[in-house]
Amino acid sequence: MSENAIVITDATFDELVNKSDKPVVVDFWAPWCGPCRAVAPILDELAGEYAEKITVGKVNADENVESVTAAGVVSIPTMNVYLNGVIVKSIVGAKPKPVLLEELAAFIK
Amino acid sequence: MTDIHDVIIIGSGPSGYTAAIYAARAQLNPIVFEGAVTMGGALMNTTEVENFPGFTDGIMGPDLMMNMRAQAERFGANLITDDVVSVELEGEIKKVTDGTGNTLKTRSVILAMGSAFRELGVPGEKRLSGHGVSWCATCDGFFFKGQTVAVIGGGDSAVEEATFLTKFADKVYLVHRRDQLRASRAMIARAEADPKIEFVWNSEPLEVLGETKATGIRLRNTVDGTENVLDVTGVFVAIGHHPRNELVKSTIDLDAGGYVKVDCGSTATNVDGVFACGDLVDHSYRQAITAAGTGCSAALDAERWLTHHKETA
Repeated sequence: MSENAIVITDATFDELVNKSDKPVVVDFWAPWCGPCRAVAPILDELAGEYAEKITVGKVNADENVESVTAAGVVSIPTMNVYLNGVIVKSIVGAKPKPVLLEELAAFIK
Repeated sequence: MTDIHDVIIIGSGPSGYTAAIYAARAQLNPIVFEGAVTMGGALMNTTEVENFPGFTDGIMGPDLMMNMRAQAERFGANLITDDVVSVELEGEIKKVTDGTGNTLKTRSVILAMGSAFRELGVPGEKRLSGHGVSWCATCDGFFFKGQTVAVIGGGDSAVEEATFLTKFADKVYLVHRRDQLRASRAMIARAEADPKIEFVWNSEPLEVLGETKATGIRLRNTVDGTENVLDVTGVFVAIGHHPRNELVKSTIDLDAGGYVKVDCGSTATNVDGVFACGDLVDHSYRQAITAAGTGCSAALDAERWLTHHKETA
């Protein structure tokens, strides 16, 4: 499977998310989370299909406690949309592609 | 010209994948709709499964499901990672339409949609869902390190979640509306021996408190009617499931609980060529192994039905 979504860590969050000039969809996930595994390929597809509009990144919640705490994430998968470092949308739980497309419509149109 | 398939299986828990394994080995070339984000079913949200026969030391729920999936694939089942949005089950040729808008034709259908989490139905629950209210301790427990949480429920899954949450939380209240648990003895014994678990008997939730994050839960005592508040940052709901019958409730006979009715000793529904298995049918056992068992039965029933049908056609 192609990997269009980028890996974001505590060390790179500021650079890759806060300073991005595009909206960034950040997927907080963990390897032990079943629904996260289910939604990951869909996010990867979106990353490829809408590469000009948005950046899609993945934060491993196990390894990046600082980013998780800062985002207030208490459930995964959580997909936050950041615009200039500010959370403008938060989607909690795995969703099918049509639902994600609808939720993200404002950022990919 | 659209192909007419022999069998389409809707659902991908132990029943769906087991039906797929049997149907594929019987050369029926089954199509399996796994669900867009629900592949593997309820066991994907669990950890260790200790009672599935054949795994001496237990197996992780997601691993068990991915093994079943790979086994179905090995025999040629066509797995489609999408939801089914509508079905036409009556008549000789049945139609199944997926979330992408494709409609497939088939002679027989095996329903294996399983069950969905039951909700508390109290104020605050929806608003704080994902912000302290959770249906998946194994997904979200990690975020409650050093905190105090409550599990609502009294069955196996509630006790399992409470025990699992003690790995992270400092304290776990197990809130149950009666004064004893429905869970299995092994699980109860484990929970009772755990110093982090405190049982809150005869209590039912009235409201989840909190603005943007859960801060507590208001309870009513089911015996004397008094109310009190537990200060918790996490509320894990484990009060059971209801069968996922939305797709078929207008055409398939259901019992009073919403479970699909099947002929005694069979998996046949009231509609010719439509079979049902797993938690969608089962209101009493609800185990991975029983779901796998009825999945096998459904594939065998479908195979016999197809053979008979083709001979007499």
